[in-house]
Amino acid sequence: MADVVSLLAEHGDDAKPLAGGQSLVPLLAMRLTRFEHIVDLNRVDELFGVTADNGGVRIAAMTRQAAVETDATVADRVPLLHLATPHIGHFQIRNRGTIGGSVAHADPASEYPAVMLALDGTAEIASASGTREVPAAEFFESTFMTAVAPDELLVALRFSAWDQPAGFAFDEIARRSGDFALAGAAVGIGTDAAGRINRAAVGMLGVGPIPLRASSVEAALIGLAAADADPHEIGRLAADDMDPIGDVHASADYRRRAGSTLVGRILASALAQLTQEAGNG
Amino acid sequence: MADQVPLSMTVNGRTRRGMGEPRLTLADFLREQALCTGVHLGCEHGVCGSCTVLMDGEAVRSCLLFAVQAEGADITTVEGLAPDDETLHPVQEAFRDCHGLQCGFCTPGFVVSVAAFLEANPDPSDDEIRHGIAGNLCRCTGYQGIVAATRQAAAVLKGEGQ
Repeated sequence: MADVVSLLAEHGDDAKPLAGGQSLVPLLAMRLTRFEHIVDLNRVDELFGVTADNGGVRIAAMTRQAAVETDATVADRVPLLHLATPHIGHFQIRNRGTIGGSVAHADPASEYPAVMLALDGTAEIASASGTREVPAAEFFESTFMTAVAPDELLVALRFSAWDQPAGFAFDEIARRSGDFALAGAAVGIGTDAAGRINRAAVGMLGVGPIPLRASSVEAALIGLAAADADPHEIGRLAADDMDPIGDVHASADYRRRAGSTLVGRILASALAQLTQEAGNG
Repeated sequence: MADQVPLSMTVNGRTRRGMGEPRLTLADFLREQALCTGVHLGCEHGVCGSCTVLMDGEAVRSCLLFAVQAEGADITTVEGLAPDDETLHPVQEAFRDCHGLQCGFCTPGFVVSVAAFLEANPDPSDDEIRHGIAGNLCRCTGYQGIVAATRQAAAVLKGEGQ
C-alpha cells in the first residue's frame, strides 16, 4: 500500500486507482475519461477483508461486493449492507466490484453510499502523509466527487453495530433487475426496551446529486412507539428531503412520488421486524 | 503508446502467453491472442454480458478487465466448458434442447453465466433463475427458452451429482 500512495503522490490528477473496474473501465471504454496512469489495487492484500472492530466492522476497500454479500460478520453487525448488496448490478458485477470502489465512485444512484450515509459510516483515507477518517456526512461532496483527494486512497470503511432492538430494510425501484435505481432507500429503526423509537436512519439514493438523508422522516419517527408508527404517512415526508432531477428514465416528479411511496414501504418492513421481535420476546 | 508487456495465464487448461499494452482488455486478449472467439463483444462496457468468462471459477465480464490483471489466473471461456469436442456441457445441451438461442450472439455469455450460476445455486426457483440471467442480454428469444434451458440444466446437473 505504501507503493500505491507514493504513486498517487507522484502522479496526482494523472493517476487513478482501479478497484473492481465495474464503473471506471466502462468510463474509459466510452472515452468519457482518461488517465495517464491507472494504479491497479487488485493485488494489494492489505486492502481486502472484513474484520470485527470495536463492536462494529472494518471493511477494507477492495473487499468484493460478493464477499460483503456472504460475510457472516457483516450480516450480523451491519444488516443493511447485507440487505443492500444483492441490489448492486448482477452477480458477475459483484464478483469484481468492491465496496470501496462503489463508495469512492459516489454515483448518487448506487447502494453503498446511501447505506454508509444512513449508518454514519466512516471512511479511512490514506495518503503519503498519513491516514485520516472522514464521516459519511462529510464524504459525499457532489455527484461523483468525494472527500478523497487525487493523492489519497480510500482504504476502508467502518460501521458500528446497533446495540439495541432494531429493524433494517433496503429496497429500490429500477426499470430492470440490476439497473441503476430510479429511487431507493436504506432504513434502520431502533427502539428502547419499551419499544419506543429512539434511533432512525434513512438514507436515500437516486433522488439527489448525492445520497441524501430523509431527515424529516427520521425526526417524525423519533419518540413514537414502533407499534403505532404509520410508515406510509411518515414515508410521504421523504418527498421534502429529496432533490431529484428528471432524465430519460424518470421525471423528477415521478422520482419524488415513487421514492416517497417506496420509503413508506421500507419503513413498514423495518417496523414489522421490530414488532415481530417484540412479539417474540 | 505504452510499451508492450508480457502476458501469461491459463486459458481452458493451457498456458497462453502473449504481449500487449497494459490497456488491452482481457476480452481482446482472449479473442485475438488466445483465439477464443467464443468470447463475444457486444457492448464493450459491461452491460450485455456476452463476454462473460470464468476467472478462477468466478463469472466476470472480460471486457471490464485488463489482460494484465489476469496474469497467472485460470480462465475458462465457453470453449472450455465441454469435456471434449464430441460432448456438449449440460448447459449447452439444454440451450439446444429448449431453444435457448436464435442468432446465438449472446449465447456464449449466457452459457458461461448459467454454468456459474448453477454451480452456486444448484436448485434455483424460477424467480432465482430470472435474477440469475438478468446480467445477460438477449435480443431474440424473449428469454423463455433460456429460463427453460436453465431449469433443464439444473435438473441434469443435479442428477449427475447423485
